[in-house]
Amino acid sequence: MDWLTTTDHKKIGTLYLHTSLFFFVLGGIEAILMRWQLMRPNGTVFTAEQFNQLFTMHGTTMVFLAVMPLSAAFFNYLIPLQIGARDVAFPRLNAFSYWVFVLGGIFITLPIFVWAAPDGGWFGYAPLSGRTYSPGPNMDFWVLGIQILGISSLAASFNFATTVINLRAPGMNMMRMPMFTWMSFVTQFLIILSFPVVTIALVFLQFDRFFGTTFYQISAGADPLLWQHLFWIFGHPEVYILILPAFGLVSEVLPTNSKKPLFGYPVMAYSGILIGFLGFGVWAHHMFAVGMGPIADTVFGLTTMLIAIPTGVKIFNWIFTMWGGSIRFTAAMKFAIALIAMFTIGGISGITHSSPPSDLQQTDTYYIVAHFHYVLFGGAIMGIFAGIYHYFPKMYGRKMNESLGTVHFWLNLIAMNLTFFPMHFSGMLGMPRRIYTYDAGQGWETFNMISTIGAFLLAPATLIFVYNFFRSKKHGEVAGPNPWDAPTLEWSIPSPPPEYNFAKIPMVSSRYPLWDLTHPERTSEIPHTQSGWEDAKHQTGEHDMAPMHIETETKTAKELGIPMPSSTIKPFFVALGIVLMFAGLVFLPKGMHIPAFALMFGGSAMWIGFLYAWLTTPLEDHH
Amino acid sequence: MSASSAEAHGHHYTTTGLDNRKIAIWAFIGSECMLFASLISTYLIYKGKSVVGPFPHTPWTDPSSGKVYPAILNIPVTSASTFVLLMSSLAMVLALAAVENKGKPLPPGSGWWDKALTSSKLWLWMTCLLGAGFLAFQAYEFTSFVHEGLTIRRNLFGSSFFTLTGFHGAHVTAGVIWLGTLLAIDYKRGLQPSDALNVDIAALYWHFVDVVWIAIFTLLYLIPD
Amino acid sequence: MSHENAHAEHYHPTWKEYKWVALILFLITVVEVAVYYIPGATSHAAFVPSLLIMSAVKFAIVVMYYMHLKYDHKLFRALFTGPLAVAIVTLIGLLFLFSKLAIRLAGRGA
Ligand SMILES: [Cu+2]
Repeated sequence: MDWLTTTDHKKIGTLYLHTSLFFFVLGGIEAILMRWQLMRPNGTVFTAEQFNQLFTMHGTTMVFLAVMPLSAAFFNYLIPLQIGARDVAFPRLNAFSYWVFVLGGIFITLPIFVWAAPDGGWFGYAPLSGRTYSPGPNMDFWVLGIQILGISSLAASFNFATTVINLRAPGMNMMRMPMFTWMSFVTQFLIILSFPVVTIALVFLQFDRFFGTTFYQISAGADPLLWQHLFWIFGHPEVYILILPAFGLVSEVLPTNSKKPLFGYPVMAYSGILIGFLGFGVWAHHMFAVGMGPIADTVFGLTTMLIAIPTGVKIFNWIFTMWGGSIRFTAAMKFAIALIAMFTIGGISGITHSSPPSDLQQTDTYYIVAHFHYVLFGGAIMGIFAGIYHYFPKMYGRKMNESLGTVHFWLNLIAMNLTFFPMHFSGMLGMPRRIYTYDAGQGWETFNMISTIGAFLLAPATLIFVYNFFRSKKHGEVAGPNPWDAPTLEWSIPSPPPEYNFAKIPMVSSRYPLWDLTHPERTSEIPHTQSGWEDAKHQTGEHDMAPMHIETETKTAKELGIPMPSSTIKPFFVALGIVLMFAGLVFLPKGMHIPAFALMFGGSAMWIGFLYAWLTTPLEDHH
Repeated sequence: MSASSAEAHGHHYTTTGLDNRKIAIWAFIGSECMLFASLISTYLIYKGKSVVGPFPHTPWTDPSSGKVYPAILNIPVTSASTFVLLMSSLAMVLALAAVENKGKPLPPGSGWWDKALTSSKLWLWMTCLLGAGFLAFQAYEFTSFVHEGLTIRRNLFGSSFFTLTGFHGAHVTAGVIWLGTLLAIDYKRGLQPSDALNVDIAALYWHFVDVVWIAIFTLLYLIPD
Repeated sequence: MSHENAHAEHYHPTWKEYKWVALILFLITVVEVAVYYIPGATSHAAFVPSLLIMSAVKFAIVVMYYMHLKYDHKLFRALFTGPLAVAIVTLIGLLFLFSKLAIRLAGRGA
């Protein structure tokens, strides 16, 4: 009950972490089932229809229900701690985002258990996903589910963008923010700008499917490329939404464990912004095969090659961060280094399809599958594992078991490469993506067998991780406030942090405030000023803040007189109402008007009513 | 002095000194730019692509029945509704100014108009009514289009037109409800200068919806095929 | 005690300015509609550009004065103009991709 009503960003972060780990395992099982089918030629484990559902749900789950919310877990937990804030800008909106995500996740996931899941790919290409070619309710769940999840992401993005802009501690100017916060900040703007586009594309598809509009109806003169363009205007920024938070996490892990400041901090920040910005000008590289003409092909080929530059800059900066450092190989550090290596492989294969003629050979083959799993599994997931091992002690006050972590790391790394490296070859040999089976004698057997073995090995790797995760919560080695001797604010407070985070808001004078106290020799070369302090004192007086210090306060917020947002169930019911409203639509094409309208009107009344109640109740109890 | 007044307001420290809500509403408006850009793009992409009429700016003869469908758009009516929405923005800024200046004494010799300008209720009412007037025009427009044979299913023009203007109308509706709520608060306890930020945020949303209509009016109604 | 300084930080225009803003917006709208009704004007090459310019001016006036972006914190300007720029560039890009716009080379080959 406590968890249903919480508005504490740390608790919500933990909720996000557990829920998305659950979905990560689910999406992994779907992947393993697919590999089981493809292990040998002419596999008969699943029918073509079931296979379609598996790959659609694998992609949808991993993108929207695993990697994005895993990142959101870190946004929630870390951003306020890293910038020296007591919570996010809108704590109740934060709870709302989480509940919409969970309920939307359940909505889109349930149908797979009765083989009625979406089956049109995670990209849902119209007109294939229209009512004519996808008559069942399958794609209804997808169209509505992704819209629901979009509400969650958008609400969260306004919240975190505002938090980073406005809740930084005195002296924490933009160029002193921890790199994770920087990359998350860029990510919020990618969400703010890209999700409305997919929302509109989905609204068109929803209207086509439910109300008979003609947006994607070729017989009415519709252009079959409209969906693809709108989807990829969202879809390409989306891949940066998936990867940038992981980049941010390893940018915390690498300097801490190299005992050196991050190399080229400003360039890291600017390259993140540049990636975000250019990310809106490359979308049509997903569409070279449709024949857009030489001008469009050239422009999008060039912008795609261009975007490799800021990405490459990051790779080099990480390497130079480690260069000359005294490296400590924690499990987190191993995952972070693996990200650099694996992402580089994925990045290079990515450049090979930035050129349209070369892409035409690769598109829709397993080569593409290999590419994006190197950047998403080798990149995003490795980075997130690095983040979990690194920040687990902060969240639970105990370390995860390092030996199990090492076993997990090696098994994961080997299994991942076994799974995805052969796909480069099967793809180059012409094996198409998304086929549910294939004939013998095309030279694909060995590669598929190896891929399947690799996928099967990912299961025990993940199992070890899950075991380690839950066991360490109770039995892990007690960590203390700063087990890794890290430089940033989140490590200057007890682990796990008290509800108010900081008894006194720290006044920051450099990029590595904690090293200023513990290892001043490491930060001697970076600028130190007290800019922003005067303004802060002027705004609130000094009673609530103190120059950078290490906190050991154990009193409650009440004892310290720190106002905390009160718990509330309202965001949960607003979320529930919205999801019920969408769910009602599913019944409409079946002619079941009573449940359809009952759910739609009941859901609408619920969310509007609770939203009013929420907005008219103050955030904090007035004493 | 400044410290104690900050405590009295219950204000938390913010980096920029600005209110969180105002930053969030601007971020939201930025997001809405992309939402309406997608809708408008689609309308423009599908312009002239419908295989059957009726069309926005030109008449169409149904080859099977010989029936003539006149050009659909009614520029005089929409010009009037555009004017109504434009004036609602004026009423909105006056409502905000009235809230901000509440309690300030009028200079001697002020006439009835100066007094009227101080009434937040009057200008909120005006904004709501003008907004509702715009919606009435839209309801009239939609029903007459349907009578003339243009439905959301009829052709690409119908689909993209009704969806785009419908989305805009939904935004206006939400705005009217929002402003109506502020008006109710004004009646209940009187809006004070300390509420100015709440009114300002609603106003920013309202003007943005107006600005979108400025774009729609030109791109959809005035520029022919 | 007084709340004056809660909003005194930014200059807000008053009725004196707002009435002129409203008048200008009204007049531009009148010109837009009038131009539409001038016989033959809609097929003139300058018609579409002039309409686009007029509505852009209206757009800018509402944003600058009614949404008081002109007087407000520069952060808000960035939060609005950044996304607006991305939106406009995306829209123009899409129109090119769907052949709604084309760059005509000198000499009009095609
Ligand atoms: Cu891409």
